Amino acid sequence: MNKGAASGIMEALWGWPPPVLDPAGPYASSITTLAWALFAMGVLVTGIVIAALYVAIKGPERWREKLGGEKAVWIGGIAFPAVVLTGLLIWGLALTASLTEPITGREARVRVTGELWWFRVEYLDPAGRVIVRDANELHLPLDRPVVLELRSADVVHSLWIPHLSGKMDMVPGRINQLRVEASRTGRFGGVCAEYCGGPHALMGFVTQVHEAADYDRWLAAHAARQAESVSPGMVPGAPADVPRDPAAPQRYDPAQGWRLFRDTGCAACHRIAGTEANGLAGPDLTHVGSRLSLGAGILPNHRGTMIGWIADSQSIKPGNRMPSYDRLSAEELGHIAAFLEAQK
Amino acid sequence: MATLLTVVACKPPPDDRTSLSADAAERGRAVIERVSCGSCHVMPGIDWPQGRAGPSLEGFDDVGLIAGALPNTPGNLAAFVRDAPAAKPGSTMPAMPITAAEAQDVAAYLYGMNDE
Repeated sequence: MNKGAASGIMEALWGWPPPVLDPAGPYASSITTLAWALFAMGVLVTGIVIAALYVAIKGPERWREKLGGEKAVWIGGIAFPAVVLTGLLIWGLALTASLTEPITGREARVRVTGELWWFRVEYLDPAGRVIVRDANELHLPLDRPVVLELRSADVVHSLWIPHLSGKMDMVPGRINQLRVEASRTGRFGGVCAEYCGGPHALMGFVTQVHEAADYDRWLAAHAARQAESVSPGMVPGAPADVPRDPAAPQRYDPAQGWRLFRDTGCAACHRIAGTEANGLAGPDLTHVGSRLSLGAGILPNHRGTMIGWIADSQSIKPGNRMPSYDRLSAEELGHIAAFLEAQK
Repeated sequence: MATLLTVVACKPPPDDRTSLSADAAERGRAVIERVSCGSCHVMPGIDWPQGRAGPSLEGFDDVGLIAGALPNTPGNLAAFVRDAPAAKPGSTMPAMPITAAEAQDVAAYLYGMNDE
């Protein structure tokens, strides 16, 4: 089933093999191994119980006597479970010990904050300063541990990237640290795994794992863009709004979109680095044009969904905190979408 | 034999809706979900999203003119779905990131929606 390829939620929860059984990193893979071992043990014990039941009902007299004897209770009821459960516990703790290893402080750090109903993502430098602000998308380097500083701005959320790690709660007033590491490149979906009210079910995000060198380039380029200041007369972002057919007339103008963005009030909630648009209530839009998804991991990112989201986000994600801008004309929506697409 | 010939002779032209297969409609559905046409359009068979920025496409097979401008044929519909501003200058709907073949599949889905 090809369920929305750019939907982080679908990528996190659907597919074959199921994402939770398809680890893409060391932390997820120890959890998956443990899950399979417990499942196998469960199957074995169930098999033994069914066999014993069969013997007790239909087995030969001599076997039935043995099964009902005191010795069988001691062995099957006490010794066997004690040995097996102790063994599994010790093995399981050893296997998953890496999940709780202390953070060394040398790992790259990304702060992920749960909001109603999206994820704020901030990349930190070694000194702990925010160098890139983004939203609903997490970029990771291959084979390098990264510590996610999990926070919440409001209620309890939980971050879950089934391919990469177990769930961890985002609790108001606390910082929970989750180490993740990816051992293959690609896209992995994530979701909020703790009911947080309203459109909780539509709160997802996308993780992209790059080769380490590509990641370093990505981070450096984005940090440079975030540090830029755009002079008041300029339009932020590349001016390129290349139509599909070069012969077709250019219909929407990013410059006009920028003016509308400022004057319609978008800037009150959304930031675009280096400009007077510095609202922090909603997702940072400095790189929105290069994101894979819109609406927090729920829609693919193209002009159609951008226009649909701005015009009527309330019918797509009912209750979300962005109002439907149904007072904008189709023309104005097109200009704004063209402008946002240029924010790479 | 004469009957057979008559039937063959009556076979509708290839551009007719009845030649659109169920397979194409199913592929079209996958395209619709991938691109998320539902962001702006309510469509039978698509549970989410059900955006209302654009017109509802319920009962599309009975619509006379696409976007009030183009005769409702599969060819026109596929062209419109893929690049609306080119098919109907001034259209509000933007071009979609789909191939020509995918656009035909989407058209098949829109005609095949059984919502009567």
